Amino acid sequence: MEPFSQHTGVVAPLEQTNIDTDAIIPKQFLKSIHRTGFGDNLFDSWRYLDEGQPGQDCSQRPENPDFVLNQAPYRQASILLTGRNFGCGSSREHAPWALKDFGIRTLIAPSYADIFYNNCFKNGILPVILPEETVERLFREVKAEPGCTMSVDLPAQTVTTPSGETINFDVDGFRKHMLVEGLDEIGLTLQHEEAIRAYEERRRKEAPWLFRA
Amino acid sequence: MTGKTLYEKLWDDHVVRDNEDGTSLIYIDRQLVHEVTSPQAFEGLRLAGRQPWRVDANLAVTDHNVPTTDRSQGIADPVSRIQVETLNRNCETYGITEFGMNDPRQGIVHVIGPEQGATLPGMTIVCGDSHTSTQGAMGAMAFGIGTSEVEHALATQTLVQQKSKTMLISVDGELGPGVTAKDIILHIIGTIGTAGGTGYAIEYGGSAIRNLGMEGRMTICNMSIEAGARCGMIAVDDTTIEYIANRPFAPTGELWDQAVAHWRTLHSDADAAFDKVVRIDAAAIEPQVSWGTSPEMVVPVNGRVPNPFKEADEGKRAGYARALEYMDLEPETPMTDIRLDKVFIGSCTNARISDLRAAAEVLKGRRIADNIKLAMVVPGSGLVKKQAEDEGLDRIFKDAGFEWREAGCSMCLGMNPDQLAPGERCASTSNRNFEGRQGQGGRTHLVSPAMAAAAAVAGHFVDVRNF
Ligand code: SF4
Repeated sequence: MEPFSQHTGVVAPLEQTNIDTDAIIPKQFLKSIHRTGFGDNLFDSWRYLDEGQPGQDCSQRPENPDFVLNQAPYRQASILLTGRNFGCGSSREHAPWALKDFGIRTLIAPSYADIFYNNCFKNGILPVILPEETVERLFREVKAEPGCTMSVDLPAQTVTTPSGETINFDVDGFRKHMLVEGLDEIGLTLQHEEAIRAYEERRRKEAPWLFRA
Repeated sequence: MTGKTLYEKLWDDHVVRDNEDGTSLIYIDRQLVHEVTSPQAFEGLRLAGRQPWRVDANLAVTDHNVPTTDRSQGIADPVSRIQVETLNRNCETYGITEFGMNDPRQGIVHVIGPEQGATLPGMTIVCGDSHTSTQGAMGAMAFGIGTSEVEHALATQTLVQQKSKTMLISVDGELGPGVTAKDIILHIIGTIGTAGGTGYAIEYGGSAIRNLGMEGRMTICNMSIEAGARCGMIAVDDTTIEYIANRPFAPTGELWDQAVAHWRTLHSDADAAFDKVVRIDAAAIEPQVSWGTSPEMVVPVNGRVPNPFKEADEGKRAGYARALEYMDLEPETPMTDIRLDKVFIGSCTNARISDLRAAAEVLKGRRIADNIKLAMVVPGSGLVKKQAEDEGLDRIFKDAGFEWREAGCSMCLGMNPDQLAPGERCASTSNRNFEGRQGQGGRTHLVSPAMAAAAAVAGHFVDVRNF
């Protein structure tokens, strides 16, 4: 997995709560059997005026000029500032794949849906959680200066705002470690192969009905 | 010493090891696989040169992309077809049991797991699908995972997890006539909000839950994810055990007795402590209808579309206004004035036999209204379909003007051709009313099967209790 430690980039404000995974990447694009190529369809039904289909050349499609990622400074955005409960809905990992493919490396919001939050870490995206009041303040700051940048430092657990203020954030130690090191989780788990086998052996005796071939 | 909650019992039974960083390695008893979220996991496995850890713990089915009309011609959409064929090939390569598109046992993954007895009490059950929570109704720890975790579970039979906090939602008292499990869960989500359960494992308890059959319990657990929780569960009782007996994958003979003895312990101890307790009065629940684009935007059928200007919270006000615009609704409109274009009875929330019976009961001897362009029933599985046909329910639906389809996810999310056209309004028994969920620009109202059937006949929402 791609590691993440520091990142500086343009912040796009997407001021809305409860943004769901159907909005992040609509269902028709889930038919792909690949992990990449979803960036052009990120927020597809908000970004374009027509209905997108998989495999289409998106450069020819009519854009919605009101959507934040279609506005000049934000086309290069790599940080997304957004409202609470971002990523609610399905478990589709296509949502972080699409964000990543577009170029988003960091999210900042008051809260995220569980499965989505977890999926971000597995794909080199850092979802930063900041208090609601702080996020509201950041919205004002970012909107006052379109195209401004922020910096995020995962090892130090800080966000540096456009005005230079440094804000601390919390993150679980294990998730931070995995992301900073870009570790292969399956490889790590397989180091415990013996423990898994021992567990299975014990369960086979205790609960044999779970092991009927 | 205080006792354990059901979640804690299930958790403790599955810890392979506790890691130094506060996470645990949890053993997975059953992984269900479908075509949408698995191709990249199998590809990852292949690229790393790994094999599935325990092939027999996996069961696969195609459900999201399959057509619900005549299947003899295969799948017309080439992109959908490739995804389904990819699953077929992966299952063949690794020897995983799969119910293919034309298998009579095919159906929605969360319907077939319990139906086959492939998901059992006390198990850890995962699937690359958020509604895996449905299966917690069996007294299991069942939760949705992303594709990276699908690959992890395939390769190691474990997942790295952090223990959740526990929440008890206790629904006590008698449900009114015409009020169903769907109304209970919509009411709960309307009460605690779509993020109310975030970070928690929910256990549903109380007399109203105990009095539900297994299928109603599945409806409740299904929508735990809409309440923000990854898993919802219900303690094992006689209802659970009777439901499982004689199912194809369930244990038999001596193993059955041994299993039942263990399953009887799968409930929260009387003195167990939950991190949070929510109490709901069953008698106060009315048939529910969602009005907006989030499952928490729900009101009783005799209520009105809310007025955003009356909302104190600024974020909520903006969200309400946006939802009303998308749904093309005026504040204060009585819900029963909302006219419909389509009606969908189906999905992993409400497409089991008892759901179809409830809808058929309302439709008997009636016809859908002229303004309903399409009303369809999509059974949750091929076996549910067959059972319904044996009972003559298909006739009731067809006589009423409903289309009677093959099993699958269908218009719950419209990955197949079953979709709403822009601007169309649908009464749906599914679980999500997000923008564009059933088709771009489509408008979804979530209801119970009986309420959907009554709305089909009236052409607008009606209180099924006066019907
Ligand atoms: S029926 Fe709908 S919610 Fe259930 S698994 Fe299928 S798409 Fe998902």
